[in-house]
Amino acid sequence: MTTLPTTTSAKKLGLVIDLDTCVGCHACVVSCKGWNTENYGAPLSDQDPYGSDPSGTFLNRVHSYEVQPETGPAQLIHFPKSCLHCEDAPCVTVCPTGASYKRAEDGIVLVNEDACIGCGLCAWACPYGAREMDQAAGVMKKCTLCVDRIYNENLPEEDRVPSCVRTCPSGARHFGDLGDETSEVSQLVASRGGMDLMPELGTKPVNKYLPPRPKDVPADLDILAPYLEPVSGTQKGFLGWLDKALEKL
Amino acid sequence: MHPAGSVILFTVASGLGFGMLTWLGLGLPDARGWVAFFNYALAFALAGGGLLASTFHLGNPQRFLKAFSQWRSSWLSREGCLAVACLLVMGVFALGAVFYDAAWQPLGYVGAALSVLTVFATSMIYAQLKTVPRWNHWSTPVLFLALSLGGGGLLAGQVGPAIGLLFLAGAMQLFAWLSGDGRFQERGTDIGTATGLGVRGIVRAFEPPHTGNNYLLKEMVHQVGRKHAVKLRMMAFALMIVAPLVLLMISSSVLMICLAVSCHALGTFAQRWLFFAEAEHVVGLYYGKR
Repeated sequence: MTTLPTTTSAKKLGLVIDLDTCVGCHACVVSCKGWNTENYGAPLSDQDPYGSDPSGTFLNRVHSYEVQPETGPAQLIHFPKSCLHCEDAPCVTVCPTGASYKRAEDGIVLVNEDACIGCGLCAWACPYGAREMDQAAGVMKKCTLCVDRIYNENLPEEDRVPSCVRTCPSGARHFGDLGDETSEVSQLVASRGGMDLMPELGTKPVNKYLPPRPKDVPADLDILAPYLEPVSGTQKGFLGWLDKALEKL
Repeated sequence: MHPAGSVILFTVASGLGFGMLTWLGLGLPDARGWVAFFNYALAFALAGGGLLASTFHLGNPQRFLKAFSQWRSSWLSREGCLAVACLLVMGVFALGAVFYDAAWQPLGYVGAALSVLTVFATSMIYAQLKTVPRWNHWSTPVLFLALSLGGGGLLAGQVGPAIGLLFLAGAMQLFAWLSGDGRFQERGTDIGTATGLGVRGIVRAFEPPHTGNNYLLKEMVHQVGRKHAVKLRMMAFALMIVAPLVLLMISSSVLMICLAVSCHALGTFAQRWLFFAEAEHVVGLYYGKR
């Protein structure tokens, strides 16, 4: 049944994404596509990949936003977005076949592709654009939190994290149990003021985003500036005459 | 939202079909023999044909049987179950009317109730979506039901009730358009809450994640044709509501009813196209669009 698990598990696996350190390199996007196209479920197909109108299935995409505060310069923020493994996942309950489900044991939202009819209603129900219909396989694809890595004892222990987390060169992606208050990710969320996306829709996302830290104020930084100030406001001699002459023109 | 032809055909045809089945189930008209045969043939063709059309947009339609399993949680599954139950019950009821000159009325009432519930379930597939504020409102099921019963009433020759229901549908349609236009903003979801960055300043989508198109944009950020929305609304309303009402007030001959039904169906196609094309999904916010 595609009802949500009645007993909310203590374990809530998810990602914490640090918007302060993400540099927008898209390495997580490439790594995600690479791992997930050859492992869990149908491959992530591309349409017209070398032609004039390429498109394809991705489980993770990086947006970039400009934020203009009331005062000061605008800030550019890179924004990776994938499934948030919501506690009250609307994509699960709309599914007519039971293909879409939330695991009771760790809260991961998955699609059983053998039962998916490709109606697309779950993608409509998701506010975050986390689900994409694969155009070749006709089934819904979404982030699996690399369920085939995190429990995989054939991999070295340091590789038992989602592919995007393992790849991120700037340490902007963290994986862990957000249901455990003492876990590293939970502490990170608590100390940095981790936030939900579209909290008003009541989806209760497990994944959290760490807001960018405030920028330093540059005025106090330049200790040499006082020595470089002009010595006198008005010019004398030839330059003074030139200044006045040009002023009159 | 992307106005898929198969889904428009499905909602319009099955809406009319199940609307007509409601009236037939109530014994209005209490047709028998050949007349009943043609009545039921038309209703089943519309309802069943619509359901068949709805499978055309599926990625893996061969697994459709699984879609009857999740009626406890999913409106789409409920709709499928109710539709099949309705067609079975009304099929037996039709058998009596066509071949045995009998109206097994309790069965008809059950069939009529199932027809109404089927249309209600269809409308709830859309009305349940918080992600599409325009649809996420009680006016969506009321409009679907009024149009289904009104159009079905025309097909069943129930001119009096059909006129009343078309008036209701017209009023509800105007309300849905006018109140729906501002609902996205009323709900308060914007690029600021979508990114969580709104508290820091004015957020602008600087660069999309990809230079090409993708499934999300094609399916949920459909913007083509919105510029003609006002003209299309007027055309849809004139054909769907005004024309049938005027025609039926002139005369309620069979020819007039046929003409009124044709106008109504054509207008409903335009209305349903707009229903999808004008609906804005919140995911568009991530792309700086609506």
